[in-house]
Parts: sequence; structure tokens; C-alpha cells
Amino acid sequence: MTARRIIPCLDVKDGRVVKGVRFQGHADMGDASELARRYRDQGADELVFYDITASPEGRTLDYAWVRDIARALDIPFSVAGGIRTNDQAGRCLDSGADKVSINSPALERPDLIAEMADRFGRQCVVVGVDSRREGDDWVVHQYTGDPDASRRSGRRTLDWIVEAQTLGAGEIVLNCMDQDGVRRGYDIEQLKAARARLTIPLVASGGAGSARHFRDAFVEAGVSGTLAASVFHTGALTIGALKTELAREGVEVRP
Amino acid sequence: MTVAVLAYGAGNLASVQFALERLGASPRMVSTPDEIAGAERLILPGVGAAGYAMARLEALGVTEAIRAFTRPLLGVCLGQQLLFDSSEEGDVPLLGLIPGRVVQMRPAPDRPVPHMGWSRLTRERHDPLLEGVEDGAYAYFVHGFVCPDGQATLARADYGGPIPAVVRRDNRWGCQFHPERSAETGARVLKNFLELPA
Repeated sequence: MTARRIIPCLDVKDGRVVKGVRFQGHADMGDASELARRYRDQGADELVFYDITASPEGRTLDYAWVRDIARALDIPFSVAGGIRTNDQAGRCLDSGADKVSINSPALERPDLIAEMADRFGRQCVVVGVDSRREGDDWVVHQYTGDPDASRRSGRRTLDWIVEAQTLGAGEIVLNCMDQDGVRRGYDIEQLKAARARLTIPLVASGGAGSARHFRDAFVEAGVSGTLAASVFHTGALTIGALKTELAREGVEVRP
Repeated sequence: MTVAVLAYGAGNLASVQFALERLGASPRMVSTPDEIAGAERLILPGVGAAGYAMARLEALGVTEAIRAFTRPLLGVCLGQQLLFDSSEEGDVPLLGLIPGRVVQMRPAPDRPVPHMGWSRLTRERHDPLLEGVEDGAYAYFVHGFVCPDGQATLARADYGGPIPAVVRRDNRWGCQFHPERSAETGARVLKNFLELPA
């Protein structure tokens, strides 16, 4: 079959990787390309680069920087941050990115998903969803890169992911914001609910703190990949040690 | 060693170019029939929809030059699919260099589609393109359509059924996975391609 993917997420601000707790108070974690190479050597299956300030600042990311990453890496990576037109997505892919991830702009104009899928194929189109519990349900938030701009989008998470899939998304990254950065584990209940509604790959994001958390997301929630940031950036867990533990638990991972 | 990469507006051009450069090659981007005819070896990259890719090849007027190419040709991902007769994707005719029809993959509860991620290669038979690639090596796949499994298959992956991962007919090879994104395994395949006698 296919190995479960371990995906370090590099939140980038001005070329530096930053990661805060619950998205606020960003702390500098190192140079982006340096961290990228380190994760590749440790056995990362894929990398995600989020220019976290691009969307709230109304700009897109730096294509030269995407090229530098593409030149250095021999594993797949996706980029995100302020991509709101087919032309911008095309330039990211032309620069060597394998996938582009869209979030707030897809909420503003869902047809963007269909336009990108028609032009580049759905396998290039990742829809990122920032989701937060509200009563018995989960709702979508947008502009989450900036605490001042962040707000509810007015959509239910489980409706939005299905709509995104129908429009042409090739993968959903579900970021469970209540969990983000606090390392108490992925939101298994929410991920299970999402997995049951999708036929495309689902990637879990938010909450990883131990090998057990990754194992639960794969085994209990059935996700294809797990995204994590601070647990790797801080060195609390190495990808090699994580994969050894997952293999021992019977999860297929790439050595 | 000169290698040409077809630039036709439907390919993962930069990542293929960079992967070749990491191996010390100096790939040339080409887009005309004459440039194709003059190439020592040719890579046909590709991502996206088959119909769009074929329309781009037609618009450039290069389909005949690709068909007539007698030195080593490597189709990557969608580029492999384009080597076959036809595709269910948009119901379009393809280059017709390998028999069979490319069909859509069906998702199952534990098997989302697109097939996205690292899968093991099982070698069907020996070939210079797979020299040094261990049986069971992982390669990175991203696709929602699958080539027909037949005599051309050199290596398979398994995803609810056989996935022709590497194919060959005569001087034409195909890789369903992305060698440019498959770490050491992919680099080895590309290196082998560069070393095929032209």
C-alpha cells in the first residue's frame, strides 16, 4: 500500500521558520532551507511551507524562494500563503513546488478550487482548513495567520471539506486549532468525522506531542499523513525515532 | 551527457530540471520538433489533466516528433500515461506508443484517491533503468489515473490493485512515480536513464 506520511510544517515569516503556541507569540526556530534539509535527512516524507503572513497582508509568496527549496530538496513539498489566482498557483508549480495549498482565498471564492483543479490537476490542489470546535460542531476560521484578522468564516467544517472535495481538491489538511501547538494530541474525533466524509487523502494537523499521537491519528482516525511543527522544531521528537515507534506499532512508514 | 526536457506548459519542469542538475547533468528545455529530433535523450514530464497536456503537445506541433524519437525517452507521471493509447480522463487519444487505456482509480474507504504518497516498488523484470533499485524501495506517487498493467510493466506498486510504476516498450520508458521527488531511489532511476546508451 502506501506508507503513512510524516510531514513537518515550516511556518515561514521573512525566510525564518517560526512557530507559536495556539498561533500567537511567534518564536524564531531557524533558517527555512536549513531546517528543510535537516528534515529531509531525518526521513521526512514531505514538507509544507506556509508563508503565514502572506494572506493577512494581502500578498503572495516569494517564487525565488520556492525555487531555492525545489533545487535543494528531492522529496515533495507544498507551499501555502496568499495564493488566490491560477496564475500565482501556476508560478509556484513552475518554480518547483509539487502542490499548492489554499485556505482563506478558497473560502472567499470556492470556484478557485475548481479553476486550479481544471488547469493543474486535482493532485496539485490542497485545501487547508482551520477548524475550531463550537458546541457540538466544528466551524471554519480564516485569516488565522494574523490574530487581529482571524475570524470565523461562517461555514461548518464537515460541509466545507466535502464542498472542497467536490470542487476538485486533491487533499484536505485539517488543522484542528483548539489543539494547535499545545501537544496534547490530534483531534481524533474530528479527524474521524472528516475521514468518513472524504474520498481524497486527509492530513491531520494540530496537536502532535508524542509518537502515540501520530499513531492514534493513523490507526484511529485513518489519516494519510500527519503534519507537525513544534514537536519537531524543538527537537522533542525526531522523525527517525517517531518512525521506529510507528513501525513497531504496525503502521507502515518509509524507513 | 545531454538530456532534453520537453517544456510544453503541462509539466513539473523545474523539479525535473533541478533533479537532473543534482546529478551533474545540464538539461536543455526544448519545445520544437527540430529540438526533439536533435536530442540525445528526452524526458516528457507532466502533471495535470491528460486532455490539456495532449492539446499542448498538439499546439506545439511536437506529437509526431515524439512518436518518431528513436533514442531513450522517459515519460514521468502524466508523461508515462501519455505514452499509452487513450485515457478515460476527458476520453482523449494519447501518443499511442504503448497499447492500452489509462483509467480512473476508484477510491475505497481505506484507499483515498488520488493515490498520494510513498509506495513500494516490486520489480517485475530486470531493466537497465532499474539497475541498483532494490525490490521494495519506496517511491513517491501522486496520481488519480492508472495505466493498464501489461507486457510493458517493469515494476509495480500496489494500491488496491497493480499500479504500473515503471514501464518500457522499445526505447520508451515511463515512471508513474516522480523520480525527481523520490529521494535516492528516484535519483538512481534518473541516473540510469542518463546512462542508457543513446
